[in-house]
Amino acid sequence: MSMERTLNHHTTRRKVKVLVAKIGLDGHDRGAKVIARALRDAGFEVVYTGLRQTVEQVVAAAIQEDVDIIGVNQHEGSHIYIARKLVEKLREYGADDIPVVMGGSIPVVDVDVLKSIGVKEVFLPGTPIREIVDKLMKLAEERRRTGRV
Amino acid sequence: MVKLYSKEALEEILKAYKDWEENLLPQWLSRMPERQEEFTTLSGIPLKHFYTPADLKDFDYMEKLGVPGAYPFTRGIHATMYRARLWTMRMFSGYGGPEETNERLKMLIRAGETGLSLAFDNPTLVGVDPDDPLAEGAVGVVGVSVPTVVDMEVVFRDINLGEVTTNMTINAPAPVLLSFYVAVAEKQGVSYDRIGGTTQNDPLKEFIGQKTHVFPPEAAVKVAMDVIEWSVKNIPKWNPISISGYHIREAGATAVQELAFTLADGIEYVRQLIARGLDVDEFAPRLSFFFDAHINFFEEIAKFRAARRMWAKIMRDWFGAKKPRSWWMRFHVQTAGCSLYPQQPWLNIVRTTIEALAAVLGGCQSLHTNAFDEPFRVPSEFAAKIALRTQQIIAYETGVADVIDPLAGSYFIEWLTDEIEERAWRYIERIERMGGMLEAVKKGYPQREVEEAAYRFQREVEEGKRLIVGVNIFREEDIEEVRRVPLLEFNQEEVERRQKERVRKVRSMRDEVRWRRALDELRRAAERGENIMPYVLNAVKAYATLGEIMGVLKDVYGTYVEPPYY
Repeated sequence: MSMERTLNHHTTRRKVKVLVAKIGLDGHDRGAKVIARALRDAGFEVVYTGLRQTVEQVVAAAIQEDVDIIGVNQHEGSHIYIARKLVEKLREYGADDIPVVMGGSIPVVDVDVLKSIGVKEVFLPGTPIREIVDKLMKLAEERRRTGRV
Repeated sequence: MVKLYSKEALEEILKAYKDWEENLLPQWLSRMPERQEEFTTLSGIPLKHFYTPADLKDFDYMEKLGVPGAYPFTRGIHATMYRARLWTMRMFSGYGGPEETNERLKMLIRAGETGLSLAFDNPTLVGVDPDDPLAEGAVGVVGVSVPTVVDMEVVFRDINLGEVTTNMTINAPAPVLLSFYVAVAEKQGVSYDRIGGTTQNDPLKEFIGQKTHVFPPEAAVKVAMDVIEWSVKNIPKWNPISISGYHIREAGATAVQELAFTLADGIEYVRQLIARGLDVDEFAPRLSFFFDAHINFFEEIAKFRAARRMWAKIMRDWFGAKKPRSWWMRFHVQTAGCSLYPQQPWLNIVRTTIEALAAVLGGCQSLHTNAFDEPFRVPSEFAAKIALRTQQIIAYETGVADVIDPLAGSYFIEWLTDEIEERAWRYIERIERMGGMLEAVKKGYPQREVEEAAYRFQREVEEGKRLIVGVNIFREEDIEEVRRVPLLEFNQEEVERRQKERVRKVRSMRDEVRWRRALDELRRAAERGENIMPYVLNAVKAYATLGEIMGVLKDVYGTYVEPPYY
């Protein structure tokens, strides 16, 4: 499946598609909704999962929607736990070519931990949207070019 | 009506103003242009250069302000305010299991806090037990895990519930957590008439902010009204609801939206309770409120003053409440979590100080000050203590608590108070035309308004129209310093394991027959539309867990799923 998607990316030019996800019981969705709108305004195609999703649901949605990037918004402190599970599940479904980025209330010391787990970028509150846009663009282009990140 | 300013005085002032505008101002502007083309409050209310009595020309002092402790309470609900009793210093706390939180509460009491406030973890907030798959990785993370009455007992070990008041930030599961609390108080030998504190129990705002909703809107409101009805009849010192603007604001609302939506929620609840046959004066004195104190200093003070005046009018004139206590708006304040940033995080101490000062100048009854490390994690002991000490400095060193409503009479403050009030009334009228807040929430109206405001704010920050020190001005690459901030550390996996074990132990040791019967009776009561509180309390005493009780209620009432739009 991963292969098919990669071929698609080479043959057709389409908008970069991002899945904005809320995983777990956390209801703080201000950041997720603001970022979803900002990305749409910046020319991305955005799919928002809604609240209280499981990792399994997010992986299924990412595959079904054929997204270029998964963006997870976390304000409830379980980011490391969730990142591990998400990266693992993506691998299990052969979809680990989809880069995962995270944002939210995350201690600086955890940023390295998240990156070692395989999260590509971590955005703390106060990060300018254009910085997020640039980094997501780069991730998506990289993936489309190489079929892998 | 006695006018504050004579016609002659106003004419003279207006003349001086015009003169300033036509002569002095252009001279100055030509030499020294202003920093911005337009100045507005954080909520976008345009501001003039300065204010004069001419901006308050029809100002009726007695109608607008009066004296503290009397209608319309703009100056404060008590005649003596902080001269007699300071606001309650109530620090929102909780993490890990009941043991960790018990230690934290006792530390804060030793440090001089005067009221307790419990923060629950996400599984507790949405009513699932620690061994539910949904709770995985989240037990004890953002607050304390309290799935059974046994856990609640540990939270309050060595704390006499007859001597403290406790706020519980709990909404859909409020009947359960309140029952835990009542059962523990009872076990401690505290009589019902001495149990004091607050359950947030405000379901409508959950659909706008915080979003720990469980039941669909109508059922959610029904359950909350059950808690209020039962409480006013059984635990008379309890505040069964804290009608909350805080979370609405944190979700991105403006000050005006926060005020208007909170009052509209309050209006809906009053109507619901009256429709149940309750006398307005029976429950109105037990309604309490909760607001945010954001960083735009004067706007916040004006908001608090307008809030009291509007609620007094609503209760007296709309609902015909007779007791002056029914006209009081008593409110808790928390400084704005959303105004804090991870960049140069120690600056958050300064932000919180300014916000706390606004809350005090606005006449709050109790206050939580955020810790500077909150953009990262639940506060460390060190950070929580600085936050509490901030209130103590305001209370004991600055002198701001010595004169009641000291900013009254400022042309600007009075103008802004009027302006915020007028803008809030416009929102309330719109919601009234929609059929009240329950209907408005079902239509998604306040949700959309708040989302728009959140996006507008973000764009203003991006465009540099809103400046945030350390974020989009005076930014530093200070990662190494930030890394050295000592954060709260505890073994979450260990807590989760312990909490799972305890809930299983509680289940295994209880009287099966009594437990089963209690849950069956609860189900039937819920199906019949009865007040569920006595049945929940009974189930709690039979050691039913939070998840089990909420499971029964979800079966009967259904579950709300927010449509995933943005």
